[in-house]
Amino acid sequence: MVIEQTYFIRGGDFSHAGDASSKVKKLLKQLGVDARKIKNIVIALYEAEVNIVAHAWEGMIRISIEADRISCTLEDKGPGIEDIGQAMVEGYSTASKEVREMGFGAGMGLSNIKRNTDVLEITSEVGVGTKVYMVNYF
Amino acid sequence: MKVSDLIIALNLHLFCGDDGLDNEVSGAYVSDLLSDVMGFAKEGEVWITLQTHQNVLAVASLRDLPAVILVKGLEPDAEMRQHSEREGIPVLGTSMPTFELAGRLYMLLKGME
Repeated sequence: MVIEQTYFIRGGDFSHAGDASSKVKKLLKQLGVDARKIKNIVIALYEAEVNIVAHAWEGMIRISIEADRISCTLEDKGPGIEDIGQAMVEGYSTASKEVREMGFGAGMGLSNIKRNTDVLEITSEVGVGTKVYMVNYF
Repeated sequence: MKVSDLIIALNLHLFCGDDGLDNEVSGAYVSDLLSDVMGFAKEGEVWITLQTHQNVLAVASLRDLPAVILVKGLEPDAEMRQHSEREGIPVLGTSMPTFELAGRLYMLLKGME
């Protein structure tokens, strides 16, 4: 059994930030996935979703649920990340002043993602976009 | 302890989200950084903050938080109210600053008040 879903994310649209994560959470609950695992997945997915909203122009989230895992691929068209190593450092952020005033952009997002996923791969091309691939085992 | 018990004990204002008045409260988390709450708040903890926009409710809902308390007389914006009603997560308010509210709530939850 494989369940696949795709969600479209618009850059800058904070009024719908988290909608895709919320749908995935409901789906995992229906499938009876362990609550602690759902928590980890939801934390990572929300942060990655918000990153597209806060930084990119648009993006797609594709999720694939198999018997023992969920794989999430988030691909955006956006400014890309110049130095992924630096972006991974807790507290480092390139978020705008407006985004920070909302309580985002504390430089905690990528660490939250890393802490809550079993596999995390980030590839990026400056001026083109970023791809985040993450896997959580049930 | 239920959200409705907190409202009575601490004389809080209920802005919206009446459907969640019976939500169970096990503790509290104080932060104005969304990723901090996302990563570290625990299920059942009420969220004390000065952020008044709807992304607060998105985080509260994703992390199964029972209610949000706005400090210093702050009020939720229209979108935050709608999101609160939709999710059944009450948004409460107080004129107290964060330190005082957190202290009172701590005493209450630990059975000291």
